[in-house]
Amino acid sequence: MLHIVVSVKQVPDSREIRIDPKTSTLVRIGVPAIVNFYDLHGLEEALVLKEKYGGRVTVISMGPPPAEKALKQCISLGADEAVLITDRAFAGADTLATSYVLAEAIKKVEETWGPVDIVFTGKQTLDGDTGQVGPGIACRLDIEQLTYVSKVTGYNGETKRVTVQRKLEDGVEVVETKTPVLMTALKELNKPRRAPMPGMLRAAQYKPIVWTTADFPNLDRSKIGLKGSPTIVGKTWVPEIKAADTQMLDGDTKVKVGTLFDKIWETELPARFGWDHAANGKGA
Amino acid sequence: MTEEVKKTTEDEMPDWSEYRGVLVYVEHREGVAKPISWQLLGQGRRLAEKLNADVMALVIGDNVGKLAEEAIAFGADRVFQVDSPTMHDYRTYPYSRAAMKVIHDAKPEIVLFGATATGRDLAGAIATHLPTGLTADCTQLDVEPDPSRLLLASRPAFSEKMMATILCKQYRPQMATARAGVFEALPRDPSRRGEIVHVDYTMAEEAVAAKVLDFIREESTVNIEEAEIIVAGGRGLGSAEGFKLLQELADELGGEVGASRACVDVGWINHHHQIGQTGYTVRPKLYFAFGISGAVQHVVGMQNSDMIIAVNRDPEAPIFKIAHYGIVGDLYEIVPAMIEEARKRKADAASGKGSKTEAEGGVRV
Ligand SMILES: Cc1cc2nc3c(=O)[nH]c(=O)nc-3n(C[C@H](O)[C@H](O)[C@H](O)COP(=O)(O)OP(=O)(O)OC[C@H]3O[C@@H](n4cnc5c(N)ncnc54)[C@H](O)[C@@H]3O)c2cc1C
Ligand SMILES: Cc1cc2nc3c(=O)[nH]c(=O)nc-3n(C[C@H](O)[C@H](O)[C@H](O)COP(=O)(O)OP(=O)(O)OC[C@H]3O[C@@H](n4cnc5c(N)ncnc54)[C@H](O)[C@@H]3O)c2cc1C
Repeated sequence: MLHIVVSVKQVPDSREIRIDPKTSTLVRIGVPAIVNFYDLHGLEEALVLKEKYGGRVTVISMGPPPAEKALKQCISLGADEAVLITDRAFAGADTLATSYVLAEAIKKVEETWGPVDIVFTGKQTLDGDTGQVGPGIACRLDIEQLTYVSKVTGYNGETKRVTVQRKLEDGVEVVETKTPVLMTALKELNKPRRAPMPGMLRAAQYKPIVWTTADFPNLDRSKIGLKGSPTIVGKTWVPEIKAADTQMLDGDTKVKVGTLFDKIWETELPARFGWDHAANGKGA
Repeated sequence: MTEEVKKTTEDEMPDWSEYRGVLVYVEHREGVAKPISWQLLGQGRRLAEKLNADVMALVIGDNVGKLAEEAIAFGADRVFQVDSPTMHDYRTYPYSRAAMKVIHDAKPEIVLFGATATGRDLAGAIATHLPTGLTADCTQLDVEPDPSRLLLASRPAFSEKMMATILCKQYRPQMATARAGVFEALPRDPSRRGEIVHVDYTMAEEAVAAKVLDFIREESTVNIEEAEIIVAGGRGLGSAEGFKLLQELADELGGEVGASRACVDVGWINHHHQIGQTGYTVRPKLYFAFGISGAVQHVVGMQNSDMIIAVNRDPEAPIFKIAHYGIVGDLYEIVPAMIEEARKRKADAASGKGSKTEAEGGVRV
């Protein structure tokens, strides 16, 4: 039996965000809100593990009330219960304050439904894009952390240890650790399912459980929201791609290419690579 | 949020005079540093100079004395070396505890990590424990001089459509992870002097739950991060076959083949070749863009190249805005002509016919 918590964030689909060229500000109106797609990979893995070992999947999200929609989507996919953590006091949080609230929420999930074995978060979000919330939650709960998980290769119910593959820049690491553990999901982890009809029907009826600050009597107010956030967003600007003094080359193909190579031959490169004298074709 | 920003700017800052200097985490695999480590040491040195403070390096591993010496050659004034068999593989728990001990003792005002899997894993854990603010995936790092000594950590947001400067005023150290390929390493100077501090830190293996069972290194024959010439192709190639042609040109010039994400997504070439926001950031001497439109997420990864040459069928393609030389045309006509031209020039030079460079008295190296 496994109790798995999946932490999901509702994000604006950043592919749809445009910059207003006149005001240099973000145009968010009409931008669809979606479940951060890495989080759906975390949910899928949780569902697969539940199918294999039995147990329950609880989904949590911190955000404004419309994030309910994201939670309902998770229910339609097969999550057992979904909790929305919402309160104006949580707004403006950076990753430190976000991980504090989510860790407190996971403790409350444990009080409500029993001990948690695995927590899934996404590798990172499409909007904040920091990848810091997962490690933050793990630290606060004082549990193991396995980031960038591309495959869960085994779970041993007796030893309570998991084995996973982590995809790093230069290769794949096979690592094993004890539960409880927090894992951050990559898209390589699995292929999320489509919502089955019964799930969709359940989601249509389902009201996510809502927790506000009132539900956390021991919450340290100095650690939440803007006040609990050490980072501050200062200046924002639209990056200017520095336009080069482009020289367009004319003529037929042979002329264009010839002119281009004349230009290249004016640089230090032919000497550097030995093109100008060496018989060793491939350069230094 | 803007209101709050104004307020804190006017706030008195706490007394941080105990915290001085820039600490850079040196990421490595089996004692071989990742390029980002030396890039950050270079940038750390630039920041430290503005702050009139030291730049320090943190080396954690098993038998990493050589690496600690390298860190000095690449610019560190002082290196903290944590050396123990438990530290052979990167694991969050022992590494973060060792790093926190060094941070507690050395009290740097700024700590920098690569925005890599390991760097983000480690920095995320440390920042939460300390606690302090952590800015992710920076592409610009600057400081305000005395008295504020603030780190101005700037990062792209919303798929590179915006930039934001993130500040951390009320906590020390100020921490950031930074993108590989953006900052320049200092030239390696083995005669540079510095101090190596052997940190007395041990952790029993039994105290560490995580066991690394295996590491399967991905055999990558490309080294796009350090290539001086990159021959990159985009969706305009039309098929995986197109990359064979680009490889021919790259071989002729001694360069590496790069790609836009569009090509990686459809599987024409693997991710190790991808340039851009979600791929590598590069700054070669020569960058060819064949059949690449010039989307901002691509451009951020190559705009600092010394010379950019774009070939595209569409005269309006945005890539031409940032290119130094542009050719409008079909790449399947241009690339073969380039291969031929390169061969001819090299053959002429080798057979003593005299290339233009020689005729003009070009310098040999
Ligand atoms: C332009 C911009 C730049 C920012 N830069 C920084 C910065 O450098 N440092 C910093 O500390 N903060 C930063 N923030 C604030 C940060 O985006 C928010 O704290 C955000 O709520 C969480 O961070 P993230 O989106 O980066 O999450 P990530 O750490 O990328 O998310 C990882 C995973 O954590 C889980 N998760 C994250 N948020 C939630 C949530 N609300 N509910 C449930 N699960 C969640 C999800 O599973 C997600 O996949 C920035 C915000 C903006 C708008
Ligand atoms: C979050 C996010 C991250 C991203 N990260 C990256 C990234 O890291 N790297 C990246 O590259 N992209 C990235 N992208 C994708 C990026 O937005 C573009 O979609 C992508 O760069 C387009 O690739 P392309 O230029 O090859 O293709 P296209 O935009 O389709 O351009 C093809 C070009 O080829 C030209 N062409 C066609 N046939 C010929 C011919 N025979 N001869 C000459 N020219 C020809 C066309 O005129 C056109 O300009 C990212 C996007 C998002 C949303």
